[in-house]
Amino acid sequence: MKKTMTFAAALLAASVLSGMASAKTLVYCSEASPANFDPGTTTGGNDFDASSRTVYSRLVEFKHGGTEIEPGLADKWEISDDGLVYTFHLHPGVKFQTTDYFKPTRDLNADDVVFSFDRQFNKENPWNGDKYLPNLTWDYYTGMDMPKYVAKWEKVDDLTVKLTLTEPNAPMLANLGMDFASIVSKEYADQLQKDGKMADFSTKPIGTGPFQFVDYQLDAVIRYAANPDYFKGKEKIDDLVFAITPDATARIQKVLAGECDVAPYPNPADIATIKANKDVTLMDQAGLNIGYMSYNTTIPPLDKPEVRHALNQAIDREALIKSLFQDAGATPAENLIPPTMWSWDKDVKTDAYNPDEAKKVLEAAGLKEIQLWAADRVRPYNPNFQRAAELIQADWAKVGVKANIVNYEWTKYREEGKKKDRPGAFQIGWTGDNGDPDNFFATLFACSAIGVSNYSSWCDKDFEDLIQKAKKTSDQAERTKLYEQAQVIFAKEAPAFLLAHSQVYAVVRNNVSGFKMDPLGIHRFDGVDKAE
Amino acid sequence: MLRYLLNKIALLIPTLVGITICAFAFVRLLPGDPILAMAGEHGVAPARYEELKQQFGYNLPIWEQYARYVGEVATGDFGVSISSKRPVLEEFKTLFPATLELSFFAMVFAMLLGIPAGIVAAVKRGSWFDQSLMGTALVGYSMPIFWWGLLLIIFFSGYLGWTPVSGRIGLQFFFKPITGFMTIDTLIYGKWDAFRSALSHLVLPAIVLGTIPLAVIARQTRSAMLEVLGEDYVRTARAKGLSGARVIGVHALRNALIPVVTTIGLQVGTLLAGAILTETIFAWPGIGKWMVDSIFKRDYVVVQSGLLLIALIVMAVNLIVDVLYAVINPRIRAA
Repeated sequence: MKKTMTFAAALLAASVLSGMASAKTLVYCSEASPANFDPGTTTGGNDFDASSRTVYSRLVEFKHGGTEIEPGLADKWEISDDGLVYTFHLHPGVKFQTTDYFKPTRDLNADDVVFSFDRQFNKENPWNGDKYLPNLTWDYYTGMDMPKYVAKWEKVDDLTVKLTLTEPNAPMLANLGMDFASIVSKEYADQLQKDGKMADFSTKPIGTGPFQFVDYQLDAVIRYAANPDYFKGKEKIDDLVFAITPDATARIQKVLAGECDVAPYPNPADIATIKANKDVTLMDQAGLNIGYMSYNTTIPPLDKPEVRHALNQAIDREALIKSLFQDAGATPAENLIPPTMWSWDKDVKTDAYNPDEAKKVLEAAGLKEIQLWAADRVRPYNPNFQRAAELIQADWAKVGVKANIVNYEWTKYREEGKKKDRPGAFQIGWTGDNGDPDNFFATLFACSAIGVSNYSSWCDKDFEDLIQKAKKTSDQAERTKLYEQAQVIFAKEAPAFLLAHSQVYAVVRNNVSGFKMDPLGIHRFDGVDKAE
Repeated sequence: MLRYLLNKIALLIPTLVGITICAFAFVRLLPGDPILAMAGEHGVAPARYEELKQQFGYNLPIWEQYARYVGEVATGDFGVSISSKRPVLEEFKTLFPATLELSFFAMVFAMLLGIPAGIVAAVKRGSWFDQSLMGTALVGYSMPIFWWGLLLIIFFSGYLGWTPVSGRIGLQFFFKPITGFMTIDTLIYGKWDAFRSALSHLVLPAIVLGTIPLAVIARQTRSAMLEVLGEDYVRTARAKGLSGARVIGVHALRNALIPVVTTIGLQVGTLLAGAILTETIFAWPGIGKWMVDSIFKRDYVVVQSGLLLIALIVMAVNLIVDVLYAVINPRIRAA
């Protein structure tokens, strides 16, 4: 009997959905399967594309194609003078999605907001642990230091929420635009808990975003439909389909053949083919990333800034970038932050190529041998660590320094690299989370990040004072000045060799309009249209 | 016969224990820490690291972790994926039909081409056909799957536009799976255009995955045929004045097929190994692609349980082949 019922339901679904062909459908060839659809529990860009940016909304949002903060579910907000209290005013009448598995009876309110964050840190919350999903780690919530900064979330009234911090933290607003800060439905959570189906929360998502979830065939296809109740207005495309296509060459062939409309991350080798095709456009943008090489500034002679400068000067950076990124191209990095980020100081320049000067200094310092680290992984900011290491090795050999290349597998590599007593020069990089300079300066070079992600073990008092002050200041103009000074110190002290900010690419068919490259590496489909 | 069967099954037990040890040790020998892999580029503070290690049970002595694992597997609990948080067995059941369907069509392709080609090569031994077939078979056997797959995609899907690039079925077709086999489900729903779409999506991956078995089967058929053609009973059949086709098709082929059947059975391992690459290229949602993804994510649980499940299937197929062989060829039972 049960089988017949399933069969009948399936037939019904098939007959209903076969009518979809006439609707406007956009197909996105995504690069990997999402781990699940609860953005609080996942960490990958592909996870977020499939969940937070389609199904969910947040209190504040990043401007489409930028890193500026704009209103989301909160129409407006106030920050107290001491920078400790944030009051958010919610947009009235926001509806959660109505699907065949959930029918909301009320609009979004402050309870949903409080619940969305509470579940990520409160061990008493049934959604925090094993009752919901096994081995939950809430990586982004803890990774962004939320437990340290958040004192409490409170409901003031249905449409007002208050966030109190333990100490001023200017990047907090940008954090709330991040994927992990997506607002989920408490009513839906309560219903699932009552029905004993809590795990469904991660496989059948309900949010307030532009698209609502329809179906996921494991590792193959995800289907969404435009949310008719979307509070910013229904989207122009009716159906959004993610066709999961892990191989980069196959992905590009699919766009060229018209099997999908948008595809991310082409192989550099395919870029010429794409540019030659009249039906598609190659979109690019300088990514919110940095490839660099950290010197351990605590071990002589690398503790002397002049030695670090000399090592930088010995590297022919232009040739190195050309050889590494080839047709894909990259912007040589002058600062730790990319030029698209606010507070980037155009007057600060990193070391220029000058092997003669470098040789003198290095000879005087008696530096004969150095360890040079290379991982086995392709990263957006460095497509080939090993090749980079070999080229740098050759450059350093010319100034009399013998570099011994050290190889490890990627996770082991970082584990070894972050140790305080790790010798030599360590290639690494970073892709920004929230477009805030603090996410680069403090995450990568704060004194407290030594042993975690400060691979230079560099702790400079002046630099530290500036970035800590900037973190506590809410005025952006004031913060910009502080970060500019920090960049001057960074260039003077040279705790690292700065390589480049790589380009990020996507291939889009010409009948698609409104698709924008996103500096945060996210692929969004709100505001996208397609001509038939 | 029963004794033969029991013997074979008894032999499986040490193999099974060996596999659990290998699967368990293998993922732990892979460099890279699963907790750091989960944390991504952010890294994880030392205190939190210890906390997570405890949560996942990685702080226990290695033998205790193994004992736990075997205990769970023995009760049918294959664990929960670290990354997706879904039960491994559930994911396996969802994805396995796709692999099975692809492997089936790859095998059909390999047999339909390999057996006739092997027969003709044997009959026309030393001819240009024989020479070039054996040469091609060697090339096919040595073909890197990844390169071969991309080449076919670029030529047939990109340049000629004859076949779809990847996936299992056109995206306009959307229905709840019943059996998990696209070709069967589309027929149950009575959707002919969907069925055609599913078949057209199978063409390239089945060719790519079937290439190595095709080469093996062609060569095996040829050598088995050559051996049989020299036998007395074939000469007798010819002496009786039977037609050439009848001698080859009935008298020789039936006997030559015995070792070919075994070869086909043994190709199951090759197919599952080949599926790992084929599925990744063709975005085929099967267990091969699933394993690759999990290795990259350092999802210990999926990798070790997935390995075990795949090994169990290969062992079961080999057992069936052994039994079939004994049925076809009574001499084996006595041995």
